[in-house]
Amino acid sequence: MRIELRQRTEDSRLMVWLSPLLALGLTLVFGTVLFAALGHDPLRALHVYFVKPLTEAWSLEEIVVKATPLALIGVGLALVFRANVWNIGAEGQYTVGAICGSVLPVMLPDLQGPLLLPAVLVCGALGGMAWAAIPAFFRVRFGASEILTSLMLVYVAQLLLDWLVRGPWRNPEGYNFPESRLFEADAVLPALAGRMHYGTVLALVAVAALAIVLGRTLKGFEFRVIGAAPRAGAFAGFSERRSIMAVLAISGGLAGIAGIGEVSGTIGQLHPSISPGYGFTAIIAAFLGRLNPVGVLFASLLLALTYIGGEAAQVSLGVSDKIARVFQGAILIFVLACDVFIRYRLHFQPMRRPAARAEDAP
Amino acid sequence: MPGGNVLLEARGIVKRFGGLAANDRIDLAVHAGELHALLGENGAGKSTLVKILYGSLQPDEGAVSWEGRPTTVGNPAEARALGIGMVFQHFSLFEGLTVAENIALALPPDAAGRGLADDVRSVSESYGLPLDPAARVASLPVGVRQRIEIVRCLLQRPRLLIMDEPTSVLTPQEAERLFETLRRLAGEGCAVLYISHRLEEVRQLCHSATVLRHGRVVGRPDPKTASMADLARLMVGADVQGAGNREGRPAATGPVRLAVRGLSLEADTPFGVSLDDVSLEVRGGEIVGVAGVAGNGQDELFAALSGETPASDDAAIEIDGRACGRMGPRRRRRLGAAFIPEERLGHAAVPAMRLSENAVLTRHGTDPELATGGLLHLSQARGLARRIVERFDVRAPEGDPEAGALSGGNLQKFVVGRELDRRPGVLAVSQPTWGVDIGAATGIRRELAALARDGAAVLAISQDLDEILEISDRIAVISRGRLSPAVPTGDTTREAIGLLMGGAGD
Ligand SMILES: Nc1ncnc2c1ncn2[C@@H]1O[C@H](COP(=O)(O)OP(=O)(O)OP(=O)(O)O)[C@@H](O)[C@H]1O
Ligand SMILES: [Mg+2]
Repeated sequence: MRIELRQRTEDSRLMVWLSPLLALGLTLVFGTVLFAALGHDPLRALHVYFVKPLTEAWSLEEIVVKATPLALIGVGLALVFRANVWNIGAEGQYTVGAICGSVLPVMLPDLQGPLLLPAVLVCGALGGMAWAAIPAFFRVRFGASEILTSLMLVYVAQLLLDWLVRGPWRNPEGYNFPESRLFEADAVLPALAGRMHYGTVLALVAVAALAIVLGRTLKGFEFRVIGAAPRAGAFAGFSERRSIMAVLAISGGLAGIAGIGEVSGTIGQLHPSISPGYGFTAIIAAFLGRLNPVGVLFASLLLALTYIGGEAAQVSLGVSDKIARVFQGAILIFVLACDVFIRYRLHFQPMRRPAARAEDAP
Repeated sequence: MPGGNVLLEARGIVKRFGGLAANDRIDLAVHAGELHALLGENGAGKSTLVKILYGSLQPDEGAVSWEGRPTTVGNPAEARALGIGMVFQHFSLFEGLTVAENIALALPPDAAGRGLADDVRSVSESYGLPLDPAARVASLPVGVRQRIEIVRCLLQRPRLLIMDEPTSVLTPQEAERLFETLRRLAGEGCAVLYISHRLEEVRQLCHSATVLRHGRVVGRPDPKTASMADLARLMVGADVQGAGNREGRPAATGPVRLAVRGLSLEADTPFGVSLDDVSLEVRGGEIVGVAGVAGNGQDELFAALSGETPASDDAAIEIDGRACGRMGPRRRRRLGAAFIPEERLGHAAVPAMRLSENAVLTRHGTDPELATGGLLHLSQARGLARRIVERFDVRAPEGDPEAGALSGGNLQKFVVGRELDRRPGVLAVSQPTWGVDIGAATGIRRELAALARDGAAVLAISQDLDEILEISDRIAVISRGRLSPAVPTGDTTREAIGLLMGGAGD
């Protein structure tokens, strides 16, 4: 018996929907084995991890808070990935967005007024865009792979942040902790309810806007054509360079908004660890959501759950909080693996040796 | 007819795509040493059948036997292990890799080691299909790509060679050389299953033939004795008329609608061809044909006309008197021009997108109802796609299928129809009937003639000299990036054109 993959004559519509569910199922199986191996009761552990956070108001709120940056970054990534541009450095754009957005509140703390918050958000978006423009420039000018350049810039951005909060931007009243001064009230994204803030509204707007851009507008069509067949795009009259610049700018800008939104709405000041890896987890959100903005929204909620579950598991089971990363990685692997079945189906075939037959023929 | 043993036999092959039976109980037997033609109009199911024999599709019903033993061909690797080689209708090459690397990928790992480059060179030369193993595929014209696929098959010393329209992109000389090769292979006992829409070459080459229509076998004529008209009638199920020769028509006196003036373009890759001082005028009401051997600057000329490669000087190209050398494709279309490139998958159309989206691809700039204020109107686009499908008799799966699901010739009809439906004032087309069956090819040629008759200027680039002679009022020849002056078709001969194609004009 041999198992092989055979291409389907057309994509399976059923698998498009089933694949993420199947991936979740496999992740749960994987979790069972993992917790058992760590010496925990798997059922209780999975309950703590995946179910309990859904039963309490505060943790539901926290899921929304964590899903917000994921969705903002994730929809931007869905757009670039559709255009066949591989921005892996959203984490860096997030960080630079947070830094640029903090320029006014940190350097001019006396500045107040209703225009401050919009200015802060715009600075954040511009910062993210500028950071994403660097790989875009190297790609269109020199053909450098944006995968490498955008990723390397993540580390540059993180070191920049580190230097700022330990050096020039360190809070004078902060007892030498590596953190900036706190944002004044006018620079803070107002709360919606509890810990949830208006960044969530921005995320929903971004999801809706990109769903329309991708599905209904000529620009979105242009991005998709360039991504699927660049030569056909050039023939249609679309500029590949401009598309690359545009999608990178949009996704960088959204990551920048996510960064400043998190600092202004949730944390209230800059410090070296403003992200538990949102920029990388959002890559998973983009794929789990089928590069479809609405799908990304749901995927972000699910991935936010893995963060909260990880914290809960750390508290009540004493496992490392890195377990969240393990689960996120597992989800990505299972999703990509299950997606194979959209194009291919399994075929079971009795063992035989066609080559031998051809030779022993007369 | 050579009386070899039955090598491959297929019985009752059925393959359905949704509700459509692309193959409907097909029986086929191929003998060793036989050159067997598989004929049929576009969408008849030829490619589907050979893909099944080669293991890249699985039949829903039916059985295959190889040398009298029942067998199933699960995938192409198994087919190759049996001794079946195939050259696909659409290329299956990796553009970023070299010729030798592409060939190595298809060979068993032990055969793909050192010395492959030499093997490639010697096999390709001994069969008259020269190749440079180190060249990168992306930089090669279609004719050469086709050669890679053929050489790749020959290196595996196949016992059955399947060729899906191998000559549609070859020059007559290249095709002639391929026929020698095939005859030689047949003499050595290799069987060849040969798909082509060129009935003349089938009659020259093949010993036997199977004709398909709507997925069924409708006849097994003897190609040596059957006439072209007989074969065409079997394929189409009705008589086929020619497009009418244009020779002897009065010279067009309309205004110059497309002008190229002293256009020179450096090649942008080391393997490209530089255009050297190309000049040409096409008047409203005439078809000017550009003949030439593949890879002599046709692709570059087309890209310069369409605006994909803008010229450095605005005056180098004029459409209806407007200098537009530096405009992109969209603005040129707005001036009333339309373009049809030779490669349909990935250039003229996006295979993974629906027909409606592919209609938007070239029409969004000129058809305001498709996109207003940056918003797409998908229902309008679906309507347009449906109109093209109906008007140009595109046989496509129900609804709004992806372009990749159409048979080769039907996609070509769609791509041509998409532009003709606009009634453009200037049309530049490359290989207008590549892979289109004889009935549809005549239809397309007739449409081109009608477009010219209504006052449009048509420039047709083709490697098919018969086609050029049939449709053109005037003929120019491109050779190594230089274009000869266009002369009236009646004032020139095949020989004169052949000499120019060989570079005698330089
Ligand atoms: N993947 C697919 N999904 C749906 N329909 C398909 C698919 N592939 C082929 N078909 C349909 O099956 C029929 C036969 O197609 P096939 O490619 O075998 O035609 P063909 O005889 O090779 O035509 P051509 O001369 O145009 O290449 C066509 O109607 C085509 O639209
Ligand atoms: Mg075909």
